[in-house]
Amino acid sequence: MPARIDRPLSPHLQTYRMTLTMALSVVHRATGLALYAGTLLLVWWLIAAASGPAAYAQLQAFAGSWIGRLILFGYTWALVFHLLSGIRYLIWDLTYGFEAREREWLTRAALIGSIVLTILLWVLVFAMGGGR
Amino acid sequence: MAEFALPKNSKITEGKTWPKPTTTANLREFKIYRWDPDDTKNPRIDTYYVDTGDCGPMVLDGLIWIKNKIDPTLTFRRSCREGVCGSCAMNIDGKNGLACITSMHDEPAGAVKVNPLPHQPVVKDLVPDLTNFYAQYASIEPWLHTTTPTPQKEWKQSKEDRAKLDGLYECILCACCSTACPSYWWNSDRYLGPAALLQANRWVSDSRDEATGERLDNLEDPFRLYRCHTIMNCTKACPKGLNPAKAIAELKKKMVERQT
Repeated sequence: MPARIDRPLSPHLQTYRMTLTMALSVVHRATGLALYAGTLLLVWWLIAAASGPAAYAQLQAFAGSWIGRLILFGYTWALVFHLLSGIRYLIWDLTYGFEAREREWLTRAALIGSIVLTILLWVLVFAMGGGR
Repeated sequence: MAEFALPKNSKITEGKTWPKPTTTANLREFKIYRWDPDDTKNPRIDTYYVDTGDCGPMVLDGLIWIKNKIDPTLTFRRSCREGVCGSCAMNIDGKNGLACITSMHDEPAGAVKVNPLPHQPVVKDLVPDLTNFYAQYASIEPWLHTTTPTPQKEWKQSKEDRAKLDGLYECILCACCSTACPSYWWNSDRYLGPAALLQANRWVSDSRDEATGERLDNLEDPFRLYRCHTIMNCTKACPKGLNPAKAIAELKKKMVERQT
């Protein structure tokens, strides 16, 4: 009997054309992971608040810097996207929204909604006197 | 853990460009995945030029034309050439579909890129080894399970109950959906994939079947059913316009409903 043929694996990610639902599935997973890191920021904030004025000032300096704000902005977006995207999956789990138009609408709504809501949230925070 | 890159023996190399037919200017370029088990070389992409005036409009027409007129070694499955049998399922321009009902003029820019169904062992050229896919279909026991004695004539079903099978029974098991699913790519050893799950839902939904509980028990598993993350590639790929993603969602819902 001849040796077992060493068959190649046909290309997958290399050839499959990316679609929006496929890409946002990856983004949903990635934002979920990012939220773990974001929760650590919250922990830092709580510990700093409990440790006294010096530690809190240190956190304030970081959160007020441009890099700190960028991270916080990213964290806000990750949170809002993961929330809206999660609602989308909830709707699908209830067996609604599976027609092509509904499916694409829900997916676009989660993406565009998350960007709009994040910007609105930051505008609102600054308008209310935050960020100073 | 998911392996995103291709194994070393599967990396694709530049192949041969076959001569253009000189008799016509109406040409369509085809870039086709080739792998021959009889040599030790890696897979390659060969380039062919099809005379569109001399063959039908579908990708399968082009493949058959190449096999007849240019390169008889090109290997692919085909049978009915009208979207009924599911033999010619392949990846065309980055999307799974049946070559017989996909136009070669759908993507006017560039070549028609033809690959075997994704993430499967290759038998030769465009022929994937679907042994695992068929075994998974067999594992959902796709036949009527009953305990009551067989009736004198037939098992009866109301028109309403029969209608519940619409959108499920039409599946031709071409494997376009399962091999389009990234979750199936990473976990096909344990995740049943959209085709087998759509069929599982077909039997769970059948009013004559008396093993609904056992069927759902069999799917109550972190991998077999729940590796579906609603990525939706299955539904987008189905050449019969079915909705495997929805069928899976219905199965998940039935799992919850029976607990209450």
